[in-house]
Formats: sequence, C-alpha cells, structure tokens
Amino acid sequence: MGRLLATAPHSRLPASHRRHGVPHYAGRALLYGTLVFLSVVFLVPLFWMVTSALKPQPQLFVWPPVWIPDPPQWQNFGEALTLFPFGSYIANTLYISIPCVVGTVLTSSFTAYGFSRIDWPGRDKVFAVVLSTLMLPFAVTMIPLYLVWRNIGLIGIETPLRGFGPLILPMFLGGGAFNIFLCRQFFMTIPQELSEAARMDGCSELRIYWQIILPLARPVLATISLFTFLGTWNDFLGPLIYLTSIDQFTVSIGLRQFQFEHGSRYDYMMAASTVTTLPIIALFFFAQRTFIQGITLTGIKA
Amino acid sequence: MSRAQRQKLKWGLIFISPWLAGFIILTLYPMGASLYYSFTDYDVLRPPVWVGAQNYTVFLTQDNLAFTAIYNTLFYAAFSVPLGILVSVTLALLLNARVKGLAVFRGIFFVPSIVPVVASAVLWVWLFSSRSGLINLGLQAIGLPKVAWLSDPAWTKPALIIMSLWSVGGSVVIYLAGLQDIPQSLYEAAMIDGANTWQQVSRITLPLLTPQIFFQLVLGLIGAFQVFAQAFILGSIGGGALGMGSEAGPANSLLFYSLYLYLNAFRFFRMGYASAMAWLLFLITFVSTLIVLRSSRQWVHYGGV
Repeated sequence: MGRLLATAPHSRLPASHRRHGVPHYAGRALLYGTLVFLSVVFLVPLFWMVTSALKPQPQLFVWPPVWIPDPPQWQNFGEALTLFPFGSYIANTLYISIPCVVGTVLTSSFTAYGFSRIDWPGRDKVFAVVLSTLMLPFAVTMIPLYLVWRNIGLIGIETPLRGFGPLILPMFLGGGAFNIFLCRQFFMTIPQELSEAARMDGCSELRIYWQIILPLARPVLATISLFTFLGTWNDFLGPLIYLTSIDQFTVSIGLRQFQFEHGSRYDYMMAASTVTTLPIIALFFFAQRTFIQGITLTGIKA
Repeated sequence: MSRAQRQKLKWGLIFISPWLAGFIILTLYPMGASLYYSFTDYDVLRPPVWVGAQNYTVFLTQDNLAFTAIYNTLFYAAFSVPLGILVSVTLALLLNARVKGLAVFRGIFFVPSIVPVVASAVLWVWLFSSRSGLINLGLQAIGLPKVAWLSDPAWTKPALIIMSLWSVGGSVVIYLAGLQDIPQSLYEAAMIDGANTWQQVSRITLPLLTPQIFFQLVLGLIGAFQVFAQAFILGSIGGGALGMGSEAGPANSLLFYSLYLYLNAFRFFRMGYASAMAWLLFLITFVSTLIVLRSSRQWVHYGGV
C-alpha cells in the first residue's frame, strides 16, 4: 500500500483522448480545470468558517460577501473562548480518548490474535458472529446498556471515573468488531512460519503475540489508534446519553451546547467550530500517511 | 479431540476472551433485555409492565410521527447513499487520471470528511442561513431565488443530503486505491481492440470497482438509517413541531428514525416503545443488507483478473 503515496496512478485518459483526435493538452486542461474547480468547492466551506470567525459582526451579513475580514477580529476567538470552555472540553475528551485508544489497541489485537494466529475448531464460525455484530444498530443495545451503567452507579460526574466509565470501559472488551476485523486481516498476512519457529523454540502464545506479532502490526495499530481517537472526538450520541453535567462535556457535545446558547452569534460559532476542527486538521497533516493507508485498509474487498 | 487440538482451543478461547466477555455483557444481554422491554410499558421509574405486541402495533399503525420518521429516513438514504457513491467514484476517476499533485487534491477532498460532525453541522447551518448564508449568496449571484434551506420543510432534507456529499472523502480514497489495483494490461488490450475512454470506463473500470462500491453501499445504508448528530444540529434551527426543545426541524421534516427513537427513550421515557423501534430498525437494516447482498451476485465482479 506504500506505493499508493509514492507514485502517481496509471491511467489511459490522455492516450485515449489522443486516439480520438482531441489534442492531448486540451484534455489535460479540462481535467485540471475540473479538479481545481471541485477543490475550490470542497475548500470554500472551511475557508468560510475561518473567515467568518474573524469578521466584525456587520460584515457577516453584507452583500457582496466579504472574503477577507477587514480588520480581522482576532478577539472574536478570545471572546468565544470565554463563553466556550474549550480547555475543559479538550481535557474531558482526552480523559476519555486516551484510555479508549489504549483499551482498543490492546484488546482488539489480543482478540484478533485468537481469530487469526491460532487454528482452533469453530474459530471461523465464531468470527462470523463478530462480523455480524457490525450490522446491529447501537439503538438495540443503547437502552439496556444505559440502565446497566446507571444501576451500577457509573453515570454522573461524582461517580468513579468521573462518569466517563460507560464511554471508556467497553473499549477494553474487544475494542469493537471493526477493529478486530482490521487487526485480523493484518495478522493473516504475517507468515505462519514465524509463529511455528517461535513455538519450536518453546515460545508461549502470549510471548509470540507480544514480542513477534504486535511489533510487526504497528501500521494497523497506528490506524486503529488514530480512528479510535477521532471516534471519541466525534462521538455525539454516546456523550449525549451518558454525560449529565457540563463539566463532563467533550468538544463535540460542548460545541452543541454552545450552539444551543449562542447559535445566533455566527462569528463566535465559527470561532468555536474552528478551534474544534483545527486539532483534527493538524493531526491530518502530521499523520497523513496513516490516515490514507488506514482508510484504504478499511475499504479492502469484503 | 486430540491433545494438540484441545491446547489450541484453550489458547484460542483465552485470546478471544476480552471480546467474548464484551459480547455477552455489551451485546447479548442488552439484546435480550431490549427485546423484553419492547413488549412492555416501561418508564424507568416503575418496573416494566407486559403489554404484548402493543408497542409494535401502535408504532406501525397508529403513530403518525412513526410514518414521518420512516419516510424521512428512507428519503435521506435513497438520495444520500447513491449520490455519495456517484460523487466519490467520479472524484476517484478524475484523480486516477495520472494527475500531478495527486496527494494535494486527494487531501483536499479528504479533509472535509474528518471535520468533526458537530463542527461540520454547525458550519453548514451558517452556510445554509437563508439571509446571508454563503449558499444563498451564491444563488443570488447567479440570479436564482434564495432558498429557506432550514426553515422550509421541503428543503431541509436536501440541505442535509448536500452536506453529506461534502464528507465523501473517505470513500474517494477507498475507490482510488481500488482503481490503482486494476492491471494496466487490461486497458492496453482494450485500446488495441479500439475501445474509447467511455467504453474502457464502463466495461473495465466500473465492473472491477464493484466490490468496493458494494462494500460502501452496505456501510452507507447502515449509516444512513442511523443518521443522528447532523440532523440533531440542523433540526434545532427551524423550530421543531414536537415541542420540548425539539430537534426535529420545521414540520418534523428532520425527524429521522434514530432521533425519534432517542426522543422516545431519553426525553419521553418511553423505554418499551423505543426498544420496539430499535428492533424494527434492526429488522429494516438486516433486510436491506440481505437484499443488497442477494443482488450483489448480479452486479459485483470478484477477482476476475
């Protein structure tokens, strides 16, 4: 999959255009023109988000639209952040996402080892059960789960784990069917001879998992970490159900709360959206390879 | 069973034990409980009271909002999923044409898909604003009338569908990877036979991309049936008809299945009713997946190369 990033893909567009007498450069110009136009369409909303955040109020509503705010109101961010306790929201999100990433990486890889590196009777039938749970809507288990967490006293900021238990603990129990699936697919590509040789040398399964398979699986574990982190940053329904106090809110729920209270101040709303989005975009620039390879991995032929 | 096999079974079970525990606690038990609740009247404060199939019959025959919620959800799925596939396959085809700066273009199309869904919904509320939203300003600039995107019930769902097309970047990356796996030799052979670009795309590229399209179709449908956060944010703008700070949009035009289920469970505390809804959603999801799976034999090409 590395070559995905290294080289441009092969296509026949220019060649076939030549065949039909369209000059090569005209076809290319059309292609690039289309791509640039579509890129602008995809980027304009983000540009509008940032530029709106920096506008003095009247410039938000004028015709023709103001593209570059004059002068940029940097203080909008400061004012928005006094109303929008982003620091607290980030702290809460990290409080949830870091244990979630750890739990998911550990238990999904552990489980996937059992579904790929050991050949036990009935294994593939049980794995079919794992995959079938992907189809189960969250709504089916949502209500009883809520009642369970409530009854064992893990909902509310004064409970253990500051009420984040219902969002964190499930990730230590397998880390989700999709992540198990991803890990398993990766583990299957590691030659079995490697395990056989280690077993000959008297290596236990636990050691093979920890010292041989896990280090080889770094790319897929990076993917899973990244997507789990994004998942907690993004999650809306879970926190909406389980978090009862504004002091527990994550960035996503916090932004919704902010919209609820100050929805008509578009300058503040866009400033808050920008600070919520910025860390994710920064992450993309640092981990572009992991993103693209990870997405590609999730799309492997079913 | 031999000793070696027993040993393998033992280790297999040890390794899958985290998932197995999770499956029992987080899936099996809740499934059983919600199936039971679905046949009861349950408001959390008092113990559940058995009412037989009443929740199901009321939902399917007497609840007008149920019809609205199902209609809205099917409408959204019927447009956002196929349009999403169309847009992302088109973008992937363009990117696959030996483009210089591929990584840059791919990054541009991909980034909107990782914008947190709440931030993206809040942004689109502003873009769709009827007075000074960028989209209406654009319509005005080319001489078209403004649209009351979020307050006219006829336009709220199209608005949500347009918004969903902005975040197809993940699929673009998947299709692009699929396109790059198609062997160059097939195209060379086709060109020797005199096939033009369109013939190559329709006879080689698209058929060989069907496994990816199929996978995205299944995931897209499952996702569309559960659309929630975006609708929740967009719907709280136009003033919902359900009352109690509703998020259902003008004239309940954004009352999606998951939202109605959530409101029943956590705002009206009709846990039994919501559980019955959840099982019907499961049934709908299951049947649609099955239909797509069955139909795939006719149109999905596997490993023909």
